[in-house]
Amino acid sequence: MSRIRATLIWIALAGAVAIPIAVAATSPQLAWRDPVYIAAGLAGVIAMAILLLQPLLAGGYLPGLPTLKGRQIHRLLGLGLLIAVILHVGALWITSPPDVVDALLFASPTPFSVWGVIAMWAVFATALLAVLHQRRRIRPRLWRLLHTGLAVVIVAGSVIHALLIEGTMGTVSKIALCAFALAATIKVILDLRVWTLLTRRRA
Amino acid sequence: MSPITPTRRSLLAAGAGAALLTGASGLLVPARAQGLAPTPTMRGGANNYRPGAPIVDRIGGGGFWMTGTVRRAGDGAPLEGQRIQIWAHTTEGHERDPESHGATLTDANGEFRLEMPQIVPAFGQAHGHLAYDDPDFETVFLRPIMPDASNTSLQAHFVLQPA
Repeated sequence: MSRIRATLIWIALAGAVAIPIAVAATSPQLAWRDPVYIAAGLAGVIAMAILLLQPLLAGGYLPGLPTLKGRQIHRLLGLGLLIAVILHVGALWITSPPDVVDALLFASPTPFSVWGVIAMWAVFATALLAVLHQRRRIRPRLWRLLHTGLAVVIVAGSVIHALLIEGTMGTVSKIALCAFALAATIKVILDLRVWTLLTRRRA
Repeated sequence: MSPITPTRRSLLAAGAGAALLTGASGLLVPARAQGLAPTPTMRGGANNYRPGAPIVDRIGGGGFWMTGTVRRAGDGAPLEGQRIQIWAHTTEGHERDPESHGATLTDANGEFRLEMPQIVPAFGQAHGHLAYDDPDFETVFLRPIMPDASNTSLQAHFVLQPA
C-alpha cells in the first residue's frame, strides 16, 4: 500500500470519528444540559465511534495495523466500549432515573431506547464471552460465532438507536458515522466468511 | 323441529362478526359525546412528577405555550377550575428541577393555557409532561411529543373519568 493511500485512509478515518464527536461537543443543546447529562451524551457518541473502529481493526484494514496488532487494539477498544456504555447509561440514570428505569424494563415511550438497551446487553454478553475466551473456557469456533452474532446486534441496534434520537449529534455526521460502521461490519463478516463456521466439519 | 344448538365454531364466528360490527361502527362515529372515553395515562407520563406544583401565572421566563382542554368522560362536558400540572426539560431547567414545574386552572370552556420556557429535546425527544392529579377524577399523566423541536407551543387534551 502506498504511503499516500495509507495517509488518506487515516485522514478519512480521523474525520469520520472526530467530526461527529466535535459536532456533538459543540451542540447548541449543551447549553440546556448540566455536565452529567452532557457526559452521558458524549459517552454515547464515543461508543458509536468505537463501533466504526472495531470492524476495521478486526479485519486488519487499517494501514500499519495488520490483523494481529489490530486485534490487540480491538480488545482494548472493546473494553473502552464497555466503559462508554456503562458511563452513558449511568449518567443518564443520574439525569433522569425514571426514564432509564423505563428503558431498562422495555417500558419506555420512546421507540429508540429499546434498541439501545438490546445493544447494551449484547455488549455485556460480549464482554463476558471475551473473558471466557481468554481463559479458554469456550471453544474458539463458538466464541467466533457468538462474537460475530453479538457484534451484528450491537452495531445494528446502536445505529437504529442513534438514528431515531434527536440529540446532540449532527444529522449528517451521525448518518455518515452509522453508515460507515454498518458498512465496515458487513465487510469484515463477508471477508472473514464467519458463517462457514456453522457448516464446516470439525477439524 | 329441533332447537338450534350453537356449535363452538358458530359461536366463534358470531363473536367475530359482532366484534367486527362494533369496531366498524366505532370507526364510523368516533365522536359520539355519549360514549366519550377517558384519556388513558401515557407511558412515561409520570416521570419526574413532583406532586403539588404551585399554580403560577407563568413558568420561568415564558415564550412557549402549553395549551389544551379538560372534558368529562361520557358526555364530554367542559370542566372548569381543574388543576393541570405541567413540567418539561426547557431552556431554563431539567425536568427534575422544581422551577421547571407549575400548574394552571381550566376556564369555563374547560381550556387551559400556561406560558413556560421553550421545551428542548431531552432523552431523545422534545416532549412535555402534564398531570391531572386531584380527588374529583381519576389521575391521568400525559407525555405529548412535539412534531418539531422548534415549535413554540404544544397541546394536550384530557377526558377525565369521575373518581
